[in-house]
Amino acid sequence: MARITLDLAHAYRPNPQQDSDYALLPLKMEFADGGAYALLGPSGCGKTTMLNIMSGLLVPSTGTVLFDGRDVTRATPQERNIAQVFQFPVIYDTMTVAENLAFPLRNRKVPQAQIDKRVGEIAEMLEMSGQLNQRAANLAADAKQKISLGRGLVRPDVSAVLFDEPLTVIDPHLKWQLRRKLKQIHRELKLTLIYVTHDQVEALTFAEQVVVMTRGRAVQVGSADALFERPSHTFVGNFIGSPGMNFLQAKVSDGALLVADLRLPLLRALPDGELKLGVRPEYVRLAQPQDTGALPCLVTKLQDVGTHVMLTATVLGQAVKAKLATDAALPAIGDIAWLQVLGTHTCFYKNEEIVA
Amino acid sequence: MQLSLEGISKKVGPQAWLYEMSLAPKPGAVTVLLGATQAGKTSLMRIMAGLDVPTQGRVRVDGVDVVGQPVRERNVAMVYQQFINYPSLKVRDNIASPLKLSGEKNIEQRVTELARKLHIEMFLDRYPAELSGGQQQRVALARALAKAAPLMLLDEPLVNLDYKLREELREELGALFAAGDSTVIYATTEPGEALLLGGYTAVLDAGELLQYGPTAEVFHRPQSLRVARAFSDPPMNLAAGRIVPGGVQLNAGPLLALALPASPLAQPEVTAGLRASALHLQANPGDVALDGQVELAEISGSDTFVHVATAIGEVVAQLTGVHYFELGTPLTLYLDPAQVYVFDAAGALLLAPQYRGLRSAGGLS
Repeated sequence: MARITLDLAHAYRPNPQQDSDYALLPLKMEFADGGAYALLGPSGCGKTTMLNIMSGLLVPSTGTVLFDGRDVTRATPQERNIAQVFQFPVIYDTMTVAENLAFPLRNRKVPQAQIDKRVGEIAEMLEMSGQLNQRAANLAADAKQKISLGRGLVRPDVSAVLFDEPLTVIDPHLKWQLRRKLKQIHRELKLTLIYVTHDQVEALTFAEQVVVMTRGRAVQVGSADALFERPSHTFVGNFIGSPGMNFLQAKVSDGALLVADLRLPLLRALPDGELKLGVRPEYVRLAQPQDTGALPCLVTKLQDVGTHVMLTATVLGQAVKAKLATDAALPAIGDIAWLQVLGTHTCFYKNEEIVA
Repeated sequence: MQLSLEGISKKVGPQAWLYEMSLAPKPGAVTVLLGATQAGKTSLMRIMAGLDVPTQGRVRVDGVDVVGQPVRERNVAMVYQQFINYPSLKVRDNIASPLKLSGEKNIEQRVTELARKLHIEMFLDRYPAELSGGQQQRVALARALAKAAPLMLLDEPLVNLDYKLREELREELGALFAAGDSTVIYATTEPGEALLLGGYTAVLDAGELLQYGPTAEVFHRPQSLRVARAFSDPPMNLAAGRIVPGGVQLNAGPLLALALPASPLAQPEVTAGLRASALHLQANPGDVALDGQVELAEISGSDTFVHVATAIGEVVAQLTGVHYFELGTPLTLYLDPAQVYVFDAAGALLLAPQYRGLRSAGGLS
């Protein structure tokens, strides 16, 4: 297992001039030995580029990749001792489940007794012990993908296991079981796991640390809790959570916070000038008129979304959403509702980066 | 426009794809067809569009039987999962194509208007292949809207898009549907999407139409266990029990104090259903406790879904925000018996939590 250190940039075309020429903008990042990481972002954000650079499928146009301090920038996946799991099952149909799982070990001339032991362990973790002697060809897609996962995890001596959207082909109701398996396996094997996905549930559930990416930049590396409570960039505030964070134009001057033409008290020290106030719909509350920190908003929509009510309102042309309890006393569409937007969970952004 | 399906069914060879059903979607509103893959959503839509003929039954549009009338003679707009556009036409001409066919005069103006509504006005002079998936699907949607057909059919139009894009487009579509007067049929596998779209929902399962009504009402008052299963995400927690004096005794679990309808049942065996959001970590007065062990905590960002192994089986609790639980740790969940659904041995609803619709402080709803 290895600690992975990146200090690099990558462009698929020569002589990159501007930010948009880069698939990965210059970045420095460290993945701790034995950690579980997810690279999360929309398509085109650079997450697969980063994964391929770590695995050795791609050489970065500038910079270095270190494994435990050793420069492996130009080393092949084999030389880096990496295991990979892809979107679609990569297995041998003519072999049995056991032979498939044993293959990476047999390739490395591991003694038979050790192979049998390890294959048994992995099969048990994946709940495939009963199918070990079955031919892989006749299995369902999710069982085949479980074998792929097993092949990725079977070698105890790998530097890291890299996953590229491994649960894409899995039926939704089976996904959570495999997520659970992966978590258990990580806890038991303590392998360095790096997992690429565009699915926030998968990323936040699986990883201890999530790298949120957009347009070739890693905008935040943090726990699920940090991404939800303290998104360090407005992109993260919007991307994490459904719906995402509300953002309101704000301005600090003369020791007061101006939001939607109202003077609000400064809860915390804030830099002077233009800001964005960010507050998640979960933390917006119905308030009494004139309550400190409340804004008069025009209610435009009320949705009974089953487990809660989604209230949509506007204040000076800016939308605010609030998630309210189904049994709350609600305003009607067209009413002015006072919505509390200031609290301990409120964040402030300057040039899209968090400042308080 | 009143579309009405009367006793239609569809058989392909010996296999029933749609069992006999009747459905008259509310004119001018959105009707969501909700069901898992293979539930019959696409088969039903193809019959509505005139792409397929039902094996039995009538399809009427404003009272006129249209079975057998070819699709090009019907005024229907369709949007599919895949982004379908004319690859050799610029975005502008893609959107304009139905307008040209209908002899519209202010084509330029209408195209710009629609493109603005769908936020693709900056791409009008590009070709579809030069756009991202989300932008291509916006073009397909704009073209469907340009047709201004009285019937608009959308078959999982957002399924191939990133979830944030899905969220954005769903919201915009909801507003566009509400502003227009087309009858909209929208197929989805996602209960959450049905709730966000609102309107009306028809729940389909294995070729059967199970229930049709206002979306929130179908959600809060599922007439059967099958509807409750289909219209819950995460799946409704279900536990076997039997009726005893004073309520429902869960097998190997607690007694739920419930006032059940007086009529004696042939079989006392029932199924208790509890939504994941009705389980919580802090006890309120009158709550029942469920002890268990954490199997996994799934974090969606806005919510945490904790899977817990308990005496009544595995249950899922939906908690707002991010919560961490070590796998295997003991956890006690609490539930209010008043939030429990009860289904009889045949799966019919016996008792549902009280539902009064949204409560408006001003007395209006």
